[in-house]
Amino acid sequence: MSIQVSPTLPDVESEIRSELGLSGSAQKRQACLSRLLELAIASPSPASWLQSLRDRATAQVQSQSFPSNRNEGWRFTDLSDLLGIEFAAAANSSVQLADLAAYVLPEAEHSRLVFVDGVYAPHLSALSHLPATLQVGNLAALAEPDELLSYLAQQSGADELFTALNTAGLSDAAVIVLPKQLVVDPPIHLLFVATGGDPRSAQADQRPTLTQPRCLVVAGVNSALTLIEDYVTLGSGVCLTNAVTEIWLAENVQVNHTRVQRDSLAAFHIGKTAVSQARSSRYIGNALSFGAALSRHHLEIYQTGEQTETTLNGLTMIAGTQVGDLHSAIALTQPYGTTRQLQKCIVGDRAHAIFNGKVLVPRAAQLTDAGQLNRTLLLSPKARVDTKPQLEIVADNVKCTHGATVGQLEADEVFYLQSRGIDAASARRLLVYAFAYEIIDQIAIASLKQTLCQFITSHTD
Amino acid sequence: MISENSPIILSVNDLTANVDGTQILKGMNLEIKAGEIHAIMGPNGSGKSTFSKILAGHPAYEVTGGEVSFLGQNLLELEPEDRARSGVFLAFQYPLEIPGVSNLDFLRVAYNSRQKHQGLEELDAFDFDELVQQKLDVVKMDAAFLHRSVNEGFSGGEKKRNEILQMALLEPKLGILDETDSGLDIDALKIVADGVNQLSNPDNATLMITHYQRLLNYVVPDYVHVMANGRIIRSGTKDLALELEERGYDWVLDEAAAGVA
Ligand SMILES: Nc1ncnc2c1ncn2[C@@H]1O[C@H](COP(=O)(O)OP(=O)(O)O)[C@@H](O)[C@H]1O
Ligand SMILES: [Mg+2]
Repeated sequence: MSIQVSPTLPDVESEIRSELGLSGSAQKRQACLSRLLELAIASPSPASWLQSLRDRATAQVQSQSFPSNRNEGWRFTDLSDLLGIEFAAAANSSVQLADLAAYVLPEAEHSRLVFVDGVYAPHLSALSHLPATLQVGNLAALAEPDELLSYLAQQSGADELFTALNTAGLSDAAVIVLPKQLVVDPPIHLLFVATGGDPRSAQADQRPTLTQPRCLVVAGVNSALTLIEDYVTLGSGVCLTNAVTEIWLAENVQVNHTRVQRDSLAAFHIGKTAVSQARSSRYIGNALSFGAALSRHHLEIYQTGEQTETTLNGLTMIAGTQVGDLHSAIALTQPYGTTRQLQKCIVGDRAHAIFNGKVLVPRAAQLTDAGQLNRTLLLSPKARVDTKPQLEIVADNVKCTHGATVGQLEADEVFYLQSRGIDAASARRLLVYAFAYEIIDQIAIASLKQTLCQFITSHTD
Repeated sequence: MISENSPIILSVNDLTANVDGTQILKGMNLEIKAGEIHAIMGPNGSGKSTFSKILAGHPAYEVTGGEVSFLGQNLLELEPEDRARSGVFLAFQYPLEIPGVSNLDFLRVAYNSRQKHQGLEELDAFDFDELVQQKLDVVKMDAAFLHRSVNEGFSGGEKKRNEILQMALLEPKLGILDETDSGLDIDALKIVADGVNQLSNPDNATLMITHYQRLLNYVVPDYVHVMANGRIIRSGTKDLALELEERGYDWVLDEAAAGVA
């Protein structure tokens, strides 16, 4: 078991080693990035108004290099497995609704947008139960995109490498625009399907694919929305998903957002969630990460008005040799903001979870209240977690708490259940479930909750 | 209720045990027959909880010598879950909270694992619900508790009642109650004691572990044992408990020390 609760000095030896091999591996990284950028640029550009955005992002990518372990933010998350892979664009696929049966949510049966390999799939989507004043659909089809220009790719951090890579290839996107006062009742389900290596894919050679899903939510004053952002893969081929979601909450908006990443174990997943919150808005974000050989989620919250509330619940459950990384950053920039963050990790086998939780409280953010807790359950002696709270507090009249706990299943807990006749394996399964349930319970959609509970039980042994 | 010809349920012979290399039990001897209610009393730290956990099979304790036979079977070679399924029940001093697992589901899983082990019919949710409703009366528990997570947010008294509810469902041959009375107000104590009395019958046995005599006013033991420093130093009837209440433990300890010396 390896537990890392505070930053350590970089490993000097490996630094020297990488110094020597610099040119070789740096070249490989550059080649990989060029290839990905090439694929992004080659994606169809649906409108001229998008092109300048894409061009600017392309330049941003070109001015950066592909991260290595020597970058502080990527110290524990090694992308070198990506370097040798010859990614290609996904070919058209013939996914049918029946293929998605396991993912369809009854609560959102008529409020679902499906994207296959980043491309909007109208025949799989169903929008009949949404109010007429709500603009929802894919970017390419929007009639008046002009007003979106002040939101699309406009969050702070849009120039970060993978976000810019996504923007450089921006073509389709899920777009949800809520006019002021609109409260949308049915939850909106955004289902992003990657078909990497799927037999239904028309792609004969089944080369590893790059898909770049994109989502933009602009919620007007006093509006409210429940959103499920769901990443799944059909098939078990290698694929890289590089997703970006931007959410803008105007004054007094309430958004309840659940993000589920359940890609296949051959997938790589890099994702960004950037949320901007105006005065008195409330954002609840539940981020669940189960799949992918390697996943990295950037979760960024910008409180831009007073009295904003942010609640972040996270669950990373990984096993085998999976790597699951959450980098969150919460910027409280105004007075009276509150944030509550609970990140739980369940790590089995030789898997490796990473949590880096930044909280920024500048001088202007007086009388704010920020709480952060990371709790990890290690299920095997080789399982590992690196957790690092990063509080940067300048304001003096604030309440900030943070904590990290790392533990194993308590022998006393297992014994309690055994003493009621429950065998040891079932007892452990029940306790892992109980640990996860605190997060699952926050999900507003009953059917999704149930599916994820079953997933957790069937993935514990 | 004492009856000479009752079958022996538990027989402990010269049991010694360690935890983390320290000897805690230093030669326990105890025999319990069907129909009997026993109480073990003793000062804090004398090894009472250790003894009860060893009977239930807690992995942290290492048995270094002696024998424990339960219904003629070598108890020490059974896994904890098999001990439970065979009829050993330990009501915990500090019952655990299990968020996310409904009390009802938990009770049903426990009940069915015993049924299965004994070759009896497992109950589906519907039939089990009916059964559990009857058992709720034993501890005057509100049905609302069935739909809450196991012990989560329960008061001390509610947790103890939930333990007795589990005992009512599992119908053990030997019910071991570790400090079930601690932290209970008098009303809760009466309810719990009443539940224990209802469950006691000529075919089973009860072992109460307690620090105070108070519980024994409501569940009247046939035998009272005083435990100190890892062994039973004196046994008697319920009058011994009253005497302990009046005079404290020191005189028993002193007499035992004098006897040894
Ligand atoms: N895990 C442990 N490690 C070391 N000592 C322990 C452990 N558990 C219990 N003990 C010791 O064993 C002795 C008996 O404890 P316990 O059985 O809880 O007593 P009682 O229930 O009679 O108060 C005490 O001295 C206690 O400190
Ligand atoms: Mg005790």
